[in-house]
Amino acid sequence: MVLGNYKTAVSARAADADILKCSQDGGIVTQLFAYALEEGIIDGAIVAGPGDEPFKPEPIVATSKAELLAARGTKYSISPNMMLIKEATRSYGLDKVGIVGTPCQMQALRKAQLYPLGMRKVPDKIALAIGIFCMENFPYQGLESIVEDHCNIKMESAVKMDIGKGKFSVYTERGALSQIPLGATHKYEQPGCHVCLDYVANLADVSTGSVGSPDGWSTVFVRTKKGEDVWSKAVAAGYFETKDIAGVKPGLDLVTKLATGKIDKNQKTLEERASFGVGKGLRNPYI
Amino acid sequence: MVNKITVGHVHMSGCTGCLVSLADNYEGLFKILDDYADLVYCLTLADVRHIPEMDVALVEGSVCLQDECSVREIKETREKAKVVVALGGCAAYGNITRFCRGGQWNQPQHESYVPIGDLIDVDVYLPSCPPGAEAIRNVCVMAYLLLQGNDDQKALAGAYLKPLMDLAKRGTEACGCDLMVDVINQGLCMGCGTCAASCPVRAITIEYGRPNIDREMCIKCGACYAQCPRSFFSFDVVNQFEGIIEAIDGAMGKGGE
Ligand SMILES: Cc1cc2nc3c(=O)[nH]c(=O)nc-3n(C[C@H](O)[C@H](O)[C@H](O)COP(=O)(O)OP(=O)(O)OC[C@H]3O[C@@H](n4cnc5c(N)ncnc54)[C@H](O)[C@@H]3O)c2cc1C
Ligand code: SF4
Ligand code: SF4
Ligand code: SF4
Repeated sequence: MVLGNYKTAVSARAADADILKCSQDGGIVTQLFAYALEEGIIDGAIVAGPGDEPFKPEPIVATSKAELLAARGTKYSISPNMMLIKEATRSYGLDKVGIVGTPCQMQALRKAQLYPLGMRKVPDKIALAIGIFCMENFPYQGLESIVEDHCNIKMESAVKMDIGKGKFSVYTERGALSQIPLGATHKYEQPGCHVCLDYVANLADVSTGSVGSPDGWSTVFVRTKKGEDVWSKAVAAGYFETKDIAGVKPGLDLVTKLATGKIDKNQKTLEERASFGVGKGLRNPYI
Repeated sequence: MVNKITVGHVHMSGCTGCLVSLADNYEGLFKILDDYADLVYCLTLADVRHIPEMDVALVEGSVCLQDECSVREIKETREKAKVVVALGGCAAYGNITRFCRGGQWNQPQHESYVPIGDLIDVDVYLPSCPPGAEAIRNVCVMAYLLLQGNDDQKALAGAYLKPLMDLAKRGTEACGCDLMVDVINQGLCMGCGTCAASCPVRAITIEYGRPNIDREMCIKCGACYAQCPRSFFSFDVVNQFEGIIEAIDGAMGKGGE
């Protein structure tokens, strides 16, 4: 179950040049939500909007394409998107909710659907859940330390951040690129990520990330009936360019390798936690 | 449908909000009553005066220690029901009744209210104020499958109910502080924001990626901790979410999609 259940896996990118321009990878999230919004498949989507400080995400309920566009790109810091899941159905009155999130947020979402204790009127209103691959996340102060202290870039002048090929990269508005080895960022990871057993958002309807596909393209797993329905219609309507994943480099082998690495490492952490003290362990949330 | 289970709603010191939440399943409630469960006791909806034998007792509200009748009835409920469910924050954790200090009209001496688990053993907890209509529905369907289903259905229902049974063993006190003590202090929080969404009184905001609890506002309903994906998470159950949602929809007559 390293890559989770899925019906299809492809390499894809958005057909809309505007969407691609500032999207992190192939613009899958923004394009798929924009399509779903246009078609009435969703009434709105919870995304990580721009916050009051640069690259500090703030969850918002986007009900227009402009709001979706404003939330493009990866912020490598915690965006509590689930915070708005009930609000979206209440204050915003959405009947069909879209949400994007990290694998842990997809876990929270599905738990909320199956055990909706404090989630009145939420379970039946989840229309499209898009998961993004995730190796780890950083508290905002951690991200600031990485960017400002290690990469020597002011947060305000960063336009894009990227993790890949063993490096953490920051692009600035003046076209400069600052890179540090990913190893230097490890100590800033949020501790809660070290027990996380999912890399590719196994529980999403559609999940996507850059790993496996060439630059500017995304790897996409279509996982559920809902996901398949939306994805196949969007592709048929010309919203995405796709390539057979078997034909692209580095392909699913790399995704599998990274996912296995994450799960093994974190499984080990869980085992170490079990005997962390003297004759006492720390809690294991997975029962 | 043969072999319906028998269910009762036992009303202690609660506001009827949990019963309303059950009723909020609308036609789903009729489906449950038509096909799966006979409502054998319910002060609000059924004219039955004495607590009968039943498979499942849904208990709403905490027990007033100064109310002899309530104390007797909760003990009787334990004796007569196979499965006792603490329906809602008051029954499970005392909830808002924790703050009672007596002095109200009619019965000014009524001042101590305890969750039912302080007086009897409870099998299943359904926290929150009130628990979501869909959560009660799911537990009803699962209780039916556990008691009347085939082997596979029994196994699924058992796995589904286990975390709620574990909550019943965890104790009778809940508070937003549980997030601090059992999630953040344990290095498990990853800032998803679910706790903030689940709090019925909006006592939780997320500050710098972690929940911040306004303890003056917290009514001790237990929703946030129970809803947090890092309080309990069963891959066996949640990984099957698509099939389970379809099965529940099917059971509720909403199949086909
Ligand atoms: C913390 C983190 C770690 C990641 N690690 C990996 C990895 O190891 N490998 C990999 O292949 N991909 C990883 N990704 C995913 C990748 O960076 C892109 O988000 C993904 O490929 C989607 O790109 P896109 O062009 O399709 O989306 P876009 O069209 O650019 O849209 C991105 C969407 O994600 C939302 N978003 C941005 N930041 C967050 C956040 N912090 N939390 C929740 N939602 C957010 C945005 O609001 C937007 O809706 C990670 C993402 C995050 C947030
Ligand atoms: S590593 Fe896991 S816990 Fe951390 S943000 Fe990513 S999905 Fe969530
Ligand atoms: S629900 Fe749990 S993991 Fe999520 S933010 Fe709240 S305490 Fe943290
Ligand atoms: S913080 Fe909110 S959800 Fe948590 S126990 Fe208190 S009232 Fe309930």
